[in-house]
Amino acid sequence: MNRPAMRRKSKRRRWLEPQSSISPRLYLALTLSSFALLLAVWSLLTYGGIVDKLFLPSPSKIVESGITLFTEFDFIQDILATVYRVLVGFVLAFLAGSALGVLIGTYKALEAFFEPMISFVRYMPVSAFIPLFILWIGVGDVEKISVIFFGSLFSIVLMTAVEVGGVRRELLEASYTLGSSPLGVLRSVILPASLPGMMEIARLVLGWAWTYIIVAELVAASTGIGHVIIESQRMLRTSNIIYGILTIGVLGLITDLILKRAIRGMFPWNYGR
Amino acid sequence: MQPKLEIRNVSKRFPGVKKKPDVLALDTVDLHIATNEFITVLGPSGCGKSTLLRIIAGLEEQSTGSVYLDGEEIDGPSADRGMVFQAYSLFPWLNVAENIEFGLKNKRIGARERKEIAAQYIDLVGLRGFENHYAKQLSGGMQQRVAIARALANDPEVLLLDEPFGALDNQTRTLMQEQLLEIWEKTNKTIVFITHDVEESIYLASRVLVMTSRPGKIKADIPIELEHPRSYQIKVDPRFLQYKERLTELIREESLKAIQE
Ligand SMILES: Nc1ncnc2c1ncn2[C@@H]1O[C@H](COP(=O)(O)OP(=O)(O)OP(=O)(O)O)[C@@H](O)[C@H]1O
Ligand SMILES: [Mg+2]
Repeated sequence: MNRPAMRRKSKRRRWLEPQSSISPRLYLALTLSSFALLLAVWSLLTYGGIVDKLFLPSPSKIVESGITLFTEFDFIQDILATVYRVLVGFVLAFLAGSALGVLIGTYKALEAFFEPMISFVRYMPVSAFIPLFILWIGVGDVEKISVIFFGSLFSIVLMTAVEVGGVRRELLEASYTLGSSPLGVLRSVILPASLPGMMEIARLVLGWAWTYIIVAELVAASTGIGHVIIESQRMLRTSNIIYGILTIGVLGLITDLILKRAIRGMFPWNYGR
Repeated sequence: MQPKLEIRNVSKRFPGVKKKPDVLALDTVDLHIATNEFITVLGPSGCGKSTLLRIIAGLEEQSTGSVYLDGEEIDGPSADRGMVFQAYSLFPWLNVAENIEFGLKNKRIGARERKEIAAQYIDLVGLRGFENHYAKQLSGGMQQRVAIARALANDPEVLLLDEPFGALDNQTRTLMQEQLLEIWEKTNKTIVFITHDVEESIYLASRVLVMTSRPGKIKADIPIELEHPRSYQIKVDPRFLQYKERLTELIREESLKAIQE
């Protein structure tokens, strides 16, 4: 990018310039130092004996309990159960939600019918529905998946509709003057134009889905990370609780990174120069 | 003879914004355009040129009147009236070649023939080597050339261009003018071309229309009687300069009015 020569001189001040980039090495260093800082504060509090072990175990204690969880309590099964529920619920919600969202964003009549109702339903917290779901469907995987599904669905619909509604009008018009039918415009303009945005929505909502699943598993579950967390609380195993929480964080981070990479790879026309 | 395009009694009123009065953009425009005419439209900024073109394209609905193509009233956009927009309108997810093939695909032309036609128009607008570039990777002028190639490749009977060369540098602009003129001389396309450049309007046109400041009306309708094929040298021909003087004067009056308003 062309920057005025005058600015280039004051290289050290680049980070003060709004939205200008910093070197990848500095970026990585800053990222790592934030984690290092967290670890340092944590170590100080625990090894320094400032807080009670029962409330906050030391980092090494967490690692130990992680190992026991895997070796003695088959933690991998719980992780798989949780991942399975999140992915099935989320993928179903994404398929249904983006299809409905595209239609609502495209056709005003459908918008009038669905949009106000969905906006209303969206503000009802899905966690409050868990007792109802248990009453209706029981406590099995289907109930957990339903929580994820309904927790994600409405946000996906509304955000997709906004994304689709924002497709530039000139693109639709150009396409009509090139002989597209209304359906052709939907297929070959509206869809490709809003796909990157839809994938970004998926990324965002998947992040929320990880939080719903734990709520669902805290209530009436016999497997899953949430189940392990609630059981550990009962037995006052604080380090297991923290290990469970960290596991979710790591899982969330991994899925997010995978999606982020995939999106960049899928839409080269939308990123970079 | 039946005109190719007939614009009969067309007005356009835009609803006012925030309780301001309505904006009358076009006021009872009447126009006959014959097959193979090259019409250029001059007028001050905001006088309704784009609005008129969009109504002909079927993208905007007129408030009164009708537009006829070959005697049939138009109702919405279609591939028989190609359009090059004032601003960028390339499909960002398609590369240059795919953009140009977009309309051909709609016409169900086979992949091989599409490729050939696209290559031909890529050459025409001087973008060979950029077939696989996305819009993002092109300069503004290059994007506009792709938009022109895309409209031309679709071979519409009527070609509507809204200040298509506005973003180009002088050299490229002159070359593009020559190419467009050549295409028009070879085919029997009917062209309506909006510009604010007086020289361009004369050089290209068989007829120049001058519009008044808002509400837009046709103020003058001036046939350009310069022979074809025209080369750029004609721009120093005394007759050319006479046209230029006259049109400059007409535009000046209207621009003054528009500003004093
Ligand atoms: N969608 C719209 N809603 C309201 N008013 C509009 C709309 N489009 C155009 N107008 C008004 O109509 C008038 C004519 O606009 P138009 O775009 O046709 O001008 P123009 O002659 O093409 O100008 P320029 O040379 O600057 O492109 C303007 O005064 C503008 O305010
Ligand atoms: Mg305009």
